Amino acid sequence: MGVQIVVFAVCAIVALLGALGVVFARNPVHSALGLVATLFAIAVLFVNQNAQFLGVVQVIVYTGAIVVLILFVIMLLGVDTDEDLDTEPLLGQRWAAVIVALLLIGGIAGIFFVEGRGEAVTGQVAALAPIVPGIPSTDAQGNPTTAAGVDTFVRALPAEQQQAIGEQNITQIGEHLFTDYVFAFMITAALLTIAVIGAVLMARRPKRYEPMPELEDTSYEDVDELSTTGEVTG
Amino acid sequence: MSAGILATMASVAQTGIEPISGPIGIEPISAPVDGAVPTPEITWAALLPLIILGLGGLLLLTLSSLLKRKAPRALYPIWTIATAVLAVASVVPVWAKVQGFNSILWWDFRDLWWQPATTAPGPFSTLGGAYGVDGFSLFVTVLICCAVILTTLLISGYLQREELDGPEPYALLLLAATGGVVMAGANDLIVLFLGLETISIAVYVLAASHLRRAQSQEAGLKYFILGGFSSAFFLYGIAMVYGATGTTNLVLIKSSLAESIPRHDLLLLVGFAMLLVGFGFKVAAVPFHSWSPDVYDGAPSPVVAFMASAVKVAGFAALVRVFVAGFGQYAADWQPLIYALAVLSLVVGSSLAIVQTNVKRTLAYSSISHAGFILIAVEAASETGTAAVLFYAAAYTFMVAGSFGVATLVGRAGDGRHSLDDYKGLGRTNPVLAGTLTIFLLAQAGVPFTVGFVAKFYAVIAAVQAGSAALGVVAMLSAVIAAFLYLRIIVAMYMAEGDDGGSDAPADPADHIHVPRPAAAALAICVLVTIGFGLFPGWLTDMAADSTVVLVEQGSTDASTALPGGQTLIVDDEGNLVPAGDGAVAPTEASDPSADPATGDGAVEAPQVQDPAAAEGTASVERP
Amino acid sequence: MNVDTIDLNAGYLVLAAMLFAIGAAGVLVRRNPLVIVMCVELMLNAVNLTLVTFSTMLNDIAGQIMVLFVLVVAAAEVVVGLGIIVAISRRRPGATADDIRVLRG
Repeated sequence: MGVQIVVFAVCAIVALLGALGVVFARNPVHSALGLVATLFAIAVLFVNQNAQFLGVVQVIVYTGAIVVLILFVIMLLGVDTDEDLDTEPLLGQRWAAVIVALLLIGGIAGIFFVEGRGEAVTGQVAALAPIVPGIPSTDAQGNPTTAAGVDTFVRALPAEQQQAIGEQNITQIGEHLFTDYVFAFMITAALLTIAVIGAVLMARRPKRYEPMPELEDTSYEDVDELSTTGEVTG
Repeated sequence: MSAGILATMASVAQTGIEPISGPIGIEPISAPVDGAVPTPEITWAALLPLIILGLGGLLLLTLSSLLKRKAPRALYPIWTIATAVLAVASVVPVWAKVQGFNSILWWDFRDLWWQPATTAPGPFSTLGGAYGVDGFSLFVTVLICCAVILTTLLISGYLQREELDGPEPYALLLLAATGGVVMAGANDLIVLFLGLETISIAVYVLAASHLRRAQSQEAGLKYFILGGFSSAFFLYGIAMVYGATGTTNLVLIKSSLAESIPRHDLLLLVGFAMLLVGFGFKVAAVPFHSWSPDVYDGAPSPVVAFMASAVKVAGFAALVRVFVAGFGQYAADWQPLIYALAVLSLVVGSSLAIVQTNVKRTLAYSSISHAGFILIAVEAASETGTAAVLFYAAAYTFMVAGSFGVATLVGRAGDGRHSLDDYKGLGRTNPVLAGTLTIFLLAQAGVPFTVGFVAKFYAVIAAVQAGSAALGVVAMLSAVIAAFLYLRIIVAMYMAEGDDGGSDAPADPADHIHVPRPAAAALAICVLVTIGFGLFPGWLTDMAADSTVVLVEQGSTDASTALPGGQTLIVDDEGNLVPAGDGAVAPTEASDPSADPATGDGAVEAPQVQDPAAAEGTASVERP
Repeated sequence: MNVDTIDLNAGYLVLAAMLFAIGAAGVLVRRNPLVIVMCVELMLNAVNLTLVTFSTMLNDIAGQIMVLFVLVVAAAEVVVGLGIIVAISRRRPGATADDIRVLRG
């Protein structure tokens, strides 16, 4: 148990620092690196919560594919220049953002500790009552109330059993993915197809294009000039 | 979604049906060594509209890539329209089953292969309870298909005029429609989210698809950023509802909320609010509307017609399904939020529309105001309200598609001439086009004998019946304000002469707008519907009233894990759980089209009631 | 032991809430569309963390499966969003969300 708390503490700090880095870094590349730190920390937290499969997928898909794609686009477009964060684009926008953030944190974090109207109030997070029939409930101490459920709390198990759970994690995900969630799985096919079509459509160069030379042919100064002249499209 | 996989799953589906959801403790999995993982039962016929739309989109792409030569120009639009029409046709037998008919006109369904006796007529759900098939989802399916047809008719001429080509817009339209249909029938929040993302991502691309207009791409970017932002809120809302109830299935959520109050129902309430933020963005309700004028202004006009019709219809359908049907138990908690959204949308939408000088922006604000009207029907949280939502959505689909259809044509090559000045003298240069637009604008204003009037009437009636008379008054006042903005455009078309001389000056041939035949057809359909259902709204009203939202447990597959005793319960939208009779008998005593078990109280039958005692035990689920 | 579990779960949820709020603030503050996309990803990841935590607390695998779908959605969103950004930047390098002014007004 102690290990898990330490892992959580370290990863939480890394994740928060990374997230702040995303928002406050002037250079988009630094933002992307901050995002990598956060995503990696979250992957470790997944493993810490016995979601081993997701931990791996998180690293492969997010840090391995998505952030690399973002970095690739940053480099492709050459927009890795510092952004001026000192001037405020809209008056009061920054304060508004801070207020929104604080409200969100306060509001969301608050609800985990405030008592609801429901019965069996404990004020503890573990009192999220699984009221769906068949899923064991827990009492105020987080002890499962149903006899069968005593062992179902993963963390209460010895290490060797936990490893077995890790292997079962994938099996369980696979089974549920192709039974209960098979419809959702089918829809992702449509979703990914749309993403591909969209990318192709966006990458296409129309026949009669506005007077804009290929990026490779010109230096950026030239492009800037041309793009200002090309703005008359409106 | 390839046919091969589907066929495989179909064959697997026949083999073993066992409880599949439920507790997933760490007790060893019951070792499916032989690979016989129990799969949910799938009623393929009910999914036909989805399959046709999705497959149509994919085949369109395949076809276009196989064509050696350039495809004939008409191929893609005809394919798209044929697909949509086929999807509508495939809805008809399902509708008959849901409503308990055996035949419609000359079409007898009794011999159809999928009409087994195992399922009695009435709403049902399939795919492990993830997709609900009821009158409501079918009605919305047809509406979305209509929006696809109208948009295709409009966009074919548009693409030709703007010298854009390729099958992509059509494929995206069909796949977006798939997402919308999924949203309309989603009985599971995660399925709903995926449907929402499917339609949204497709529309982001469509909005940015005019590659020669900077405004189009910027509209796409703006829509994408704000859409992604709102999706994150929506997803957080799903996570909270999941945390509070332990499931994402709306049927289970509904039954569990009816049984007891979750200990952390505050979590649930914040989840509602987050979900509403997401829905608010999608249907462009104030204060989540800021994207819509910009995006409507910049995106290609036919795409805007799709956005304002299909995307909004799907959004409202999901809103009704989740909140009215799923969270009906908590209506007292979410109604104030919708109330506020409705009032703000009505007032802000109508009043900001007046100060606009761009017709597309004006229509965008008026669309926000219409969203307010639909929201007051949602707020009623009643059967009348649901019917009013559907009627309004149907009416609005055709009115707004027509309006933006005219805007498409008046925008002329480049799609840039949308200021009020460009409409000046339109009544003189293009009298037919101006007359058409006048009809749509008057309908949107709610002038009697148009479908817009009937829609507004039902929405207000629903609000008043639900005890929100004040909301009805606000709605009517805002309708008066909004009428001014529509009149403003009409006046510009007919009265204002602009700078181009007196009225008797001969019309400049350059001012004459070429109307492609498909676009003319689309406008004609819209006019027919707008006037036709305005004069004779009875049929559409009946259809909307029959299209109730019903959350049904999947027949035989999941019931045993979800409720003790494995019996199937049918929750009608008044919250009554209807224990079903023995489905094996299921005499389809139809041939009487007026028999309507879906909306009846206890008449719906469903299979496999194993334990009458258990059925009694769940009587406590009934709403007090 | 169970008390520790409880605290840790609460910690996960609060951490996720903070990440979500930081991401939301980033979307509102930043102007570079690429950074905004990253902030949206941050928000989605915060939700993922929440889902996995609820999955553990409820002892229900569904939360983890949802995370998988969120991953797919995030990937699709990023692909399309970056496509649009690239298309815009080809036309006007160095565009920020504020430069996109054509539609303002």
